[in-house]
Amino acid sequence: MFTEIDTASLDEPVADGPLAKTWHAKERVRGRPVNEANGSCNTKTEWVEHVTRIRDAQDQAAFAELFQYFAPRIKAFLMKSGSDAAMSEECAQEVMATLWHKAHLFDPSRATVATWVFTIARNKRIDVLRKQRRPEPEDLGWGPEAEPEQLDVISLQQETAQLRNALSALPQAQRELIEKAYFGDLSHREIASQTGLPLGTIKSRIRLALDRLRHAMN
Amino acid sequence: MSNKIKHHLTDDLLMAYAAGGLPEAFDLMVATHLSLCDHCRARAESFEAVGGCVLQDQDDSVSLSDGSLAATMALIANGAPIAKPARPGCSVLPAPLQDYVGGDVNAIQWRAIGMGVKQAILPTTREATARLLFIPAGAAVPDHSHNGMELTMVLQGAFSDEVDHFARGDVEIADEDLHHTPTADISEDCICLAVTDAPLKFNKLMPRLFQPFLRI
Repeated sequence: MFTEIDTASLDEPVADGPLAKTWHAKERVRGRPVNEANGSCNTKTEWVEHVTRIRDAQDQAAFAELFQYFAPRIKAFLMKSGSDAAMSEECAQEVMATLWHKAHLFDPSRATVATWVFTIARNKRIDVLRKQRRPEPEDLGWGPEAEPEQLDVISLQQETAQLRNALSALPQAQRELIEKAYFGDLSHREIASQTGLPLGTIKSRIRLALDRLRHAMN
Repeated sequence: MSNKIKHHLTDDLLMAYAAGGLPEAFDLMVATHLSLCDHCRARAESFEAVGGCVLQDQDDSVSLSDGSLAATMALIANGAPIAKPARPGCSVLPAPLQDYVGGDVNAIQWRAIGMGVKQAILPTTREATARLLFIPAGAAVPDHSHNGMELTMVLQGAFSDEVDHFARGDVEIADEDLHHTPTADISEDCICLAVTDAPLKFNKLMPRLFQPFLRI
């Protein structure tokens, strides 16, 4: 797996593991420009376009592709968090249904689709496995005037791809600890030593996106 | 809006919040601080990006049962778009706190705990305790130390202790090593959110006797 990640270029964000390989041929939507605004096919924002198609056109084909990629990963994630296979699959279906119903709330200048799916799956885990409420921060302004700039979207997606490469290049022991933290196997006190992640650029990028939203509100 | 905040949350708390590993009371503290602090919100969202990478790059695969997509399409057909919750704009209590209080400061059910200090315990899971504290202008909370970790965030007014001065949005992080006597600024009554994963230890006899009653 490590060698596959090391050799994957940023232009192929989905070609990253045995699971993805199986469906690789289906993940490119041939003959349809992904970024219709400028007519180019920018695969860095491929999943973003899928969510936009669900939001604007209730596009079931786009949803099916997202489902094939993400639903097995959500199921695996929940199983590693201590849920059995049947419950994990049921929750994965609910997470994907939530993605459909929240497509209009996704902001690709602040998160990749994978990040967004992760947060929905995480909240499902807190709700179902830990049976507690999940307080979320106050919403920032939202509306047509806050539609993100395409350049901001591409930058954020690129920086997340770089973060992903950096994570895969970490020493295995550190990587495993980070995975444990996200699968819920470490308490907050055990997480203390897990910082030092390469977050500098993406943090600045998200901060810019937040500033833009604040500005749009005022 | 967050330019004036000097005391922020730590990376390990933000990462634990992003990973979903905190007790509910700590989640409430983090969500409340992020509502006021774009600096920490950006840090928290970048830790969520790490979660997205971990989700994508799991090195084992599971398969879905037949008909899983069809079952999901049925869920979608039976549901409806999820709107953002209509939350009031930020006044004294940021929106996540208002969800627990049932309104803004006027809705807080205070209980006096002596010397003009009042508290209101918020309904969270029992692994950790979240409470609002009211300290009259100029008053002090008795000298105390902590068994575990205690986070205190100012919502109104300000307080000072042996460490520094803390104003709206600032978080003081106290552990076993800190003995302090927070004193509210004279200009305004101080309201704080305090979260702890263990009971406080007061350093004078009387307050300690009261601890079992007060749950502080």
